[in-house]
Amino acid sequence: MRNILRSPRWSPYAVGAGIGILSWATFYFMGKALGTSTSFVGAAGSALCAIDPDHVAQNSYYLKEYGAKAGGFKPIFDWQMALDIALIAGAFLAARLGGTLKAERIPTLWAERFGASVAKRYAAAFIGGFILLFGARMAGGCTSGHGISGSLQLAVSSWTFFISMFISGVATAALLFGFGPRTRPSMEVPHV
Amino acid sequence: MFEHFFADPGTLLLGALTGLIFGFLLQKGGVTRYNTIVNQFRFRDFTVLKTMLTAIVVGSIGIYTMLQAGLIPGLSVKPAELAMNIGGGLIFGVGMVLLGYCPGTALAAIGQGSRDAIIGMLGALAGAAAYAEAYPFLSRTVEPFARYGKITWPELAHTSPWMFIAGLSLFSVVLFIAIERSARPRPA
Repeated sequence: MRNILRSPRWSPYAVGAGIGILSWATFYFMGKALGTSTSFVGAAGSALCAIDPDHVAQNSYYLKEYGAKAGGFKPIFDWQMALDIALIAGAFLAARLGGTLKAERIPTLWAERFGASVAKRYAAAFIGGFILLFGARMAGGCTSGHGISGSLQLAVSSWTFFISMFISGVATAALLFGFGPRTRPSMEVPHV
Repeated sequence: MFEHFFADPGTLLLGALTGLIFGFLLQKGGVTRYNTIVNQFRFRDFTVLKTMLTAIVVGSIGIYTMLQAGLIPGLSVKPAELAMNIGGGLIFGVGMVLLGYCPGTALAAIGQGSRDAIIGMLGALAGAAAYAEAYPFLSRTVEPFARYGKITWPELAHTSPWMFIAGLSLFSVVLFIAIERSARPRPA
């Protein structure tokens, strides 16, 4: 057990099976489907409340996601918000045990293609994150809520999202990195 | 917006426990790496698809078994609003490659030390706020198109979900075998 936890990387099949079983548990014990992106709406809305609470209270999207049937709002710091924050801790623990914890500002693949400018990478990350959440909220979910939870329920909406985002991702990657010759999958760290 | 800011402690504890396990799995699987995610879209690393398809197959078998055994009251299906699902998906794919993480894996990447993921999540908060401002317009223009409600493929096709689960399992296994074969070094 100790050795497994200290291994830097697990097989993607084992991890996938683990996530699948985790989804059984969230359905059975909590009546919830794994998801991560709605809480960004709650967090953004809460922050905006500090500036203009009336604007937030009148916006139809905050009401759609967090409006309570009896009026007012449901809790913003809810099951999913706790999950999102704990994601950081869970990954920290995994990286710490596996010896892969490392401060990194520019991923190696980005540096190879776009150079070592931190400002450039951070600008792309900010814009990318902006587009990512805008798209997730428009689609009604992200890679967790639609991609995994929705797909495993065989939802029409989720498979439609999954295929659309994959096509768009392939096109974007081709534009950013070019259509290079296909090489063998790179394995930075060997699987267990 | 603050009258009941926190859910009850039990709910929060279960959410935190779920996140802790989810984050641990994502990091161990290597899908919290920018390189892993971007190289999936370049077809150079299939870790993301292997992980997601395995989760979907394992998850669907368990969820539909529990549903039919009456162990869970129902599903939690998101409504099919195809114009929004497709539009949002196309936008999402651009963001996922530019940032190099999706929302869940970006949060997990913060935990392993990826500083760019922190900046990405600040952008994500801005994107969520921007979407809330855009929603009144989108709900009038895009949302009304191609709405079919909370529907699943087996409901649409009037067949057993097990047909789809069997098909999906078979597809995944064949794909995994093909990927593993092409990844094996060939004798010179």
